[in-house]
Amino acid sequence: MAAGPHAYGYLTQPEIRFLDAAVARLIPADELGPGAKEADVTYFIDRQLVSVWGTHGRNYRSGPWQEGTPEQGFQSRLTPQEIYRAAIRETNIHCLKQYGKAFEFLTPQQQDEVLHGLEDGKIEIESLSARLFFGLLLRNTMEGFFADPMYGGNRDKVGWKLIGFPGVASSTYNEYLDKHNVPYRVEPVSILDIQEGRVKVDAQGYPKHVMSDGIKQESGNDSH
Amino acid sequence: MSCRTGSNKKVEMTVTKLKPVDIVVVGTGVAGSILCKELADTGLKVVGLERGRMIDPQHDFAMPYVHDELKFDRHSDIFQNLSRETITFRNSMNQTALPMREMGSFKPGECVGGTAVHWGTHTRRFLPWDFETRSRTIERYGKAQIPEDCTTQDWGITYDELEPYYDQFEHLYGVGGKAGNLNGEIQPGGNPYEGPRSREYPNPPAPGNYAGSLFAKAAESFGYRPHPNPTAAQTQAYMNPYRLMLGQCVRGGFCSSHGCAMGAKASPLTTVLPVLLKQQNFELRPLSNVIGVNLDSAKKRAVSVTYVDARGREMEQPADLVILASYTFNNVRLLLLSGIGKPYDPVTNQGVVGRNYSYQTGGKVSLFFEDKVFNPFMGGGARGTSIDEFNGDNFDHAGLGFFGGAFVGVTNSGATPIRSTHVPPGVPRWGSAWKKAAAQYYNRTFTITLHGGCQSYRTHYFDLDPTYRDANGLPLLRMTFNWAENEKKMSAWIAGKAAEIAKAMGPSKMSVSPTTGNYSIVPYQSTHNVGGAIMGPDPATSVVNKYLQLWDVSNVFVVGGSAFPQNSANSPTGTIGTLACWAADSIKDHYLKRPGPMV
Repeated sequence: MAAGPHAYGYLTQPEIRFLDAAVARLIPADELGPGAKEADVTYFIDRQLVSVWGTHGRNYRSGPWQEGTPEQGFQSRLTPQEIYRAAIRETNIHCLKQYGKAFEFLTPQQQDEVLHGLEDGKIEIESLSARLFFGLLLRNTMEGFFADPMYGGNRDKVGWKLIGFPGVASSTYNEYLDKHNVPYRVEPVSILDIQEGRVKVDAQGYPKHVMSDGIKQESGNDSH
Repeated sequence: MSCRTGSNKKVEMTVTKLKPVDIVVVGTGVAGSILCKELADTGLKVVGLERGRMIDPQHDFAMPYVHDELKFDRHSDIFQNLSRETITFRNSMNQTALPMREMGSFKPGECVGGTAVHWGTHTRRFLPWDFETRSRTIERYGKAQIPEDCTTQDWGITYDELEPYYDQFEHLYGVGGKAGNLNGEIQPGGNPYEGPRSREYPNPPAPGNYAGSLFAKAAESFGYRPHPNPTAAQTQAYMNPYRLMLGQCVRGGFCSSHGCAMGAKASPLTTVLPVLLKQQNFELRPLSNVIGVNLDSAKKRAVSVTYVDARGREMEQPADLVILASYTFNNVRLLLLSGIGKPYDPVTNQGVVGRNYSYQTGGKVSLFFEDKVFNPFMGGGARGTSIDEFNGDNFDHAGLGFFGGAFVGVTNSGATPIRSTHVPPGVPRWGSAWKKAAAQYYNRTFTITLHGGCQSYRTHYFDLDPTYRDANGLPLLRMTFNWAENEKKMSAWIAGKAAEIAKAMGPSKMSVSPTTGNYSIVPYQSTHNVGGAIMGPDPATSVVNKYLQLWDVSNVFVVGGSAFPQNSANSPTGTIGTLACWAADSIKDHYLKRPGPMV
């Protein structure tokens, strides 16, 4: 399954290639199914970067700027947009020096080496702490794998299918709560599915879940 | 009047002076909404000022859009907008406090209804011991049990005095639970350690789930008495005393951090505001951020409050009675900005405003199974099972080297995948091994959580930050806080007890994580910040008297978590609402008849 064509709002082509390669190592495609690249996590990150969050629109952004202690949390003067732009470029400079190639062209083992180096702070990049960049990249990758597909990632709900998360709840969970140790496996429903009319909802806006064995969920709540 | 800017320049700005009203209430969360309603019922003209925007649950929390974890848990626009105002934080007095630039450890709300719009609905009364912590600890163990720098004190009010108001609040919020102590008689199935209650909960408890039933069985094998968590997510359709209908919770998850599409989560939006907004003598002004309380020249009486409205205009609202009922941080900050009460100085141990900031102590035991599935996405509203054997002073602390405790339990408010995809200890954070573990364990894990109390200490406090300012140019509130040895010992010892229960359930893997090291403002812990404008019997060590009335300025009341002298292990919202009911009655029955100091 290839990622579809997308209109990117912030990331440049080299940045997209870097992130496609990086997120494919963080959550790889394997025998369990698609990984973060196939889930369109790069596109998710791009859309996050053009959102209010991409410029830390709801964060406190006044100086003076000090690094502080780990307990004091995020203290960079850079926004997520600026962090991705600077850190991808500077990580690629490191890769060219170390391996003679940009990150996307390294072997998977070399890519893991670089990612571990960023994670542990063993690789130094100029504009910010490598750990800070890695933490942001990992966080956004997980978000892009598990957030509702309406944000551009979690394509075909692959993240939810992997772990068995049903997405938008049905209104009939109360009927299942005393069925102990019985897995509730359904075709997940996303907000995007409902927006695009693929899944119908009841009068209160709740979808009916279709069991993974194809049987439509019984509903005792049809009266409203 | 001059206005502040980010630099030290002063810009002249006109202030519009409004027509006087009888009562102005700052904040429309749990406390403010109840005070507005109860006081508007006297017929007096009441204005509620709210810094956040108006919420229409029908639109703001409509299905399916409210089942959006990324928006509500990560980027919520009903949490405080830190770009305009935050706090600064440091672990100790010798550090430089830095601004909390992004939301982490706690999530104060910013909208009509306040933090209770997205709360978790756990509504456990405080223990009688919680109100008399210092005197009862000394009585049982002697003075040496309390560390020298510990400033924990009695509240100046007892559980018995507040019991009728707990009852009032629980009926207002439709709490579902099982009484453990009815008028002194222990009831099977309830929490036998709770203070005596005058009647049953208004709604039945939520039925248990699989993880809760395993926990209950294991806990019983040790002789503990598990009981259902009391929850304000309605366990059945319910009409409250204001004749408002609340829907039944469907346990669809997306609960804590989220608004509720079913109108099942009790909050100001569902329990109070729909009737209050119809009262002609009440006016709600959203997007109105109060920046100061103005006193008369003798500094003995408040004459008005100043706020910045949605258009950025400074407005002065005169009132006979001013009630601060906003989040802990803002109640304390408004007193400091307004020059009301003596600011606390930890060096001299003098002053009161900002003294005794406290939080809650965590800890957890995570269990992973191969042969059991829990459907953890089904949940909501603090649904779960707990034991109270290790809470407060419910156990003998002799020789343990700490006092205070935690309640221990299994709670499921709906495991959304970004924050609740847990993997066993030792699994890497990413890569194929992570992916395999995530797929295997998302549905096969649950957590036993320690909800621990937190004592107060001389060096844990609020003051105004010397450097950082808000969007109005006013100093931010500065928090100085760290975990104390007492709380770390408590968390470690109780985590050991929780681990014994966990082992009895036979997990294939488990991890035990008590509170250790320094407090960090980064990971979410709880929105249970309390203290700084505490109540008490003595003006030398408290800001407000037992009626929540300022000692120094008798026509100002300060109601909220800010009044707690230290923190109980139990979630604070129920007690905040209870204090609001108590303060409202005190004002109606006594203050309004004879305005002036009530003590």
